[in-house]
Amino acid sequence: MKKISVTVNGTTHQSEIEPRLLLVHYLRDVLNLTGTHVGCETSLCGACTVLVDGQAVKSCTMLAAQADGSTVTTIEGLAQSGELHPIQQGFWEHHGLQCGYCTPGMIMASAQILQRNPDPSEEEIRHGLEGNLCRCTGYQHIVQSVQCAAKKMKSKSVAR
Amino acid sequence: MAEKFVGKSVKRTEDPRLIQGLAHYVDDIKLPDTLHAVFLRSIYPHARIKKIDTSAAVKLPGVVAVYTGKDISQKIGAVPCGASIPEMKVPDHRVLATSKVYWVGHPVAVVIAENKYIGRDAVDLINVDYEELPPVLDEEKAADPKSPVIHEQFGSNVAYKMTAGEGDIEAALKSADKIVKQKILHRRLAPIAMEPRGVQARYYPGEQELTLWSSSQIPHLARTQLSLMLGMPENKLRFIAPEVGGGFGSKLNVYAEEAIVGYASMQLGRPVKWIEGRRENIQGTIHGRGQAGYIEIGCKKDGTITGFRYNVFADMGSYFQLLTPAIPTLTGLMLSGCYKIPAIQMNVTACFTNKMSTDAYRGAGRPEATYVIERAMDLVALELGMDAVEVRRKNFPAPFGGDQPFKTATGLFYDSGNYQGALDKALKMADYTKLRDEQKRARSEGRLLGIGVSTYVEICAMGPSPAMAAGGWESATVRIEPTCKVTILTGASPHGQGQETSFSQIAADELGLQVNDVTVIHGDTAVVQYGIGTFGSRGTAVGGTAVYMSLQKLKEKAKKMAAHLLGVDASTVTFADGKFTTKDGKSVTIQEVALGAHLAKNIPPDMEPGLSATSFFEPKNFTFPFGTHIAVVEIDNETGEIHFRRYIAVDDCGKVINPLLVHGQVHGGIVQSLGQALYEEVVYDDQGQLVSGSLMDYAVPKAAQVPWFELDSTETPSPVNPLGVKGVGEAGSIGATPAIVAAVVDAMAPYGIKHLDMPIKPESIWRIIAKKKAGAA
Repeated sequence: MKKISVTVNGTTHQSEIEPRLLLVHYLRDVLNLTGTHVGCETSLCGACTVLVDGQAVKSCTMLAAQADGSTVTTIEGLAQSGELHPIQQGFWEHHGLQCGYCTPGMIMASAQILQRNPDPSEEEIRHGLEGNLCRCTGYQHIVQSVQCAAKKMKSKSVAR
Repeated sequence: MAEKFVGKSVKRTEDPRLIQGLAHYVDDIKLPDTLHAVFLRSIYPHARIKKIDTSAAVKLPGVVAVYTGKDISQKIGAVPCGASIPEMKVPDHRVLATSKVYWVGHPVAVVIAENKYIGRDAVDLINVDYEELPPVLDEEKAADPKSPVIHEQFGSNVAYKMTAGEGDIEAALKSADKIVKQKILHRRLAPIAMEPRGVQARYYPGEQELTLWSSSQIPHLARTQLSLMLGMPENKLRFIAPEVGGGFGSKLNVYAEEAIVGYASMQLGRPVKWIEGRRENIQGTIHGRGQAGYIEIGCKKDGTITGFRYNVFADMGSYFQLLTPAIPTLTGLMLSGCYKIPAIQMNVTACFTNKMSTDAYRGAGRPEATYVIERAMDLVALELGMDAVEVRRKNFPAPFGGDQPFKTATGLFYDSGNYQGALDKALKMADYTKLRDEQKRARSEGRLLGIGVSTYVEICAMGPSPAMAAGGWESATVRIEPTCKVTILTGASPHGQGQETSFSQIAADELGLQVNDVTVIHGDTAVVQYGIGTFGSRGTAVGGTAVYMSLQKLKEKAKKMAAHLLGVDASTVTFADGKFTTKDGKSVTIQEVALGAHLAKNIPPDMEPGLSATSFFEPKNFTFPFGTHIAVVEIDNETGEIHFRRYIAVDDCGKVINPLLVHGQVHGGIVQSLGQALYEEVVYDDQGQLVSGSLMDYAVPKAAQVPWFELDSTETPSPVNPLGVKGVGEAGSIGATPAIVAAVVDAMAPYGIKHLDMPIKPESIWRIIAKKKAGAA
């Protein structure tokens, strides 16, 4: 067993884990944060995307032990004091989801895209989401959701 | 005036839980003391099991049980097939392999362990001694009497043969000026719902009740079948389809794993969970398509079609799943497309192969039909030197509807249609004439620009019960609670389609309430009255109609109650904006009526208390949505890469409840079509090994591979249901494939190409170009 300390959505957890435990299983089965999904176990679908120290990471192919000392943000940590994050708002307003299974990963990946580029073009959004598969939406509403979020985030930062 | 919601792009009520990671898919439901099931699956496509040694696995600490076929396959009933075709051969499909394995992925044993990691370790410790047998892999060669036989008791691999269609096909083809022939392949596809399958079971020994949570599109049908498989009373089995992460037909089924997990929980007295991995999903969840066909189409010089024949070998896989043998029959129904064709014949030879079963994948047999008739129309156009659009227009029936359906030579009566309307609109959006001019210019510059047009019609709102395997009606209970909040219990089982929202829109409008006054409950057989489920683009057209019918009953009862409170005759009361009003302006609100009906202190003497109504809607016919899709592509003549220039779709799904949801369905369907046309294929190698067994190798389209879709619609209401809706879940997956393939073929016309088989990869394009270059050099 290995001792780790991970800060997830602002709360620090000390855990003893099997060294082979995957980060996604740590989040889902140990911390009971089931918003992060498993869609392929091979880093290809992106449903398990979370932010580790601010970087979008496929948590199905990272060991929990590798996250020792890190700060992790999952979909559950995105909304602040009951208010949806602008990306969540964008997905809701533009019907950027249907079955919802890829959605947490899509939203976390979109957070990374907008962090790096607050004003992405359609092409940049599509390219940025290449690591995330959606089987329902055909992606167009997701692109619009991210564009909408970019606008919201811009006007918010201007207001500040 | 109260706000109206039907027809508006209302934001989905299901989204807040989904965008915050708060929804509960099967694997998110955590029960204390849960055991985990992990399956050992065959690594051979066809082999005899000589011996299974589980001793090392059983000894591993944390392993609670290991079951093999010998242990349980006779204790659990066979995996059911709900379809029936005269003289078809039905193999005995046991939940675990017994003497032979039939495909790579065939479950051989299952480990039940304290956690999934231990279960995986234990599976690796099971030793199976196989004797390899020659695999049968090609659906056409499988029919050859010299082929090895999969199910020895049948003496051949032919599952059934069937002929369908009407009219004198021989005379029709003889009367043609030209006959065009082509072999056409529909490769196997994997549905790839983003949430793989998953089952959780909990047995309550005191109550003798089993609860199964399973990612399913058909909770009630699955409960009936699983109660038979497990030998328990149906009313002691509670089946819950919780949040379901996509289905596309792959969860319109009853699987061995569902029964095994339930059985294990009953045996071991603890909850048991199984979550499918993606590799398992591609190996062991149903595939779609899988047809190799030969078309023959006869035409007059002016483009008039005289007759159409489709001889097809259909790949069943090694066993039947729920609807496996029925899928090619759906192809037969839709072979007329949106054209007047006096004689049609389909000859099916359905064969067993050493592969996973095929079954319903988005479109389920109808994409195959649309694809062959649309390819046929393009080939006729090429043969006659006509424009692809003109050949289509030549064979359209005049607009029809109301009490004037359109009869096809496949035995159907299309409900309503205006194929010219959708085509004209799409051509205008595309500026078709200008596009063709641009194409001429492009070709003169050596660029490969292609335009593909598909005019499709589909069969939806499944369907009239006599034509369905297990009833085609749908149910709904609508309850107005004492506080005038509305609860809808629907027998449909939406899993992404958004009916929690669209049904709420219908109820809000009918009752003069807000969308958020309504809650829609589905998927739990202990809560919802028997229903059929969500597939075949039926959710709104059949399930929504049942909701509408219940609302009418409720309004009738509420009006009677209101009249009683107002002291007038019910016939003099009008209902609008949530208020019941008399001729002289006195009124009561629906809130007052709802409370009064429940308190029951002052209700009409002949009225039962409460305000709840249940309806079962039995559709008299299917519905037939239609439309035109236009794809414009340009091919890089160095690399063979295909780039979309434009994509235009005009769809007509009858009345629209929520345009946002309709667009979502169309987008998603087009991308599944696009995947089929250009990327996706389940590949078994010549040894029967699955080489596209992960998402690295099975190419689901990504965001950057997909163009911007320009959508519009026409609206031809269906006369089949009072809402006038037709269904839209499969339009994109049916209408788009032929348009995309036609565009690529058209782009390659300078190379003499008339047809290309899907998926059209850059490699095959590059080879054509390279060969021509080599020839010229």
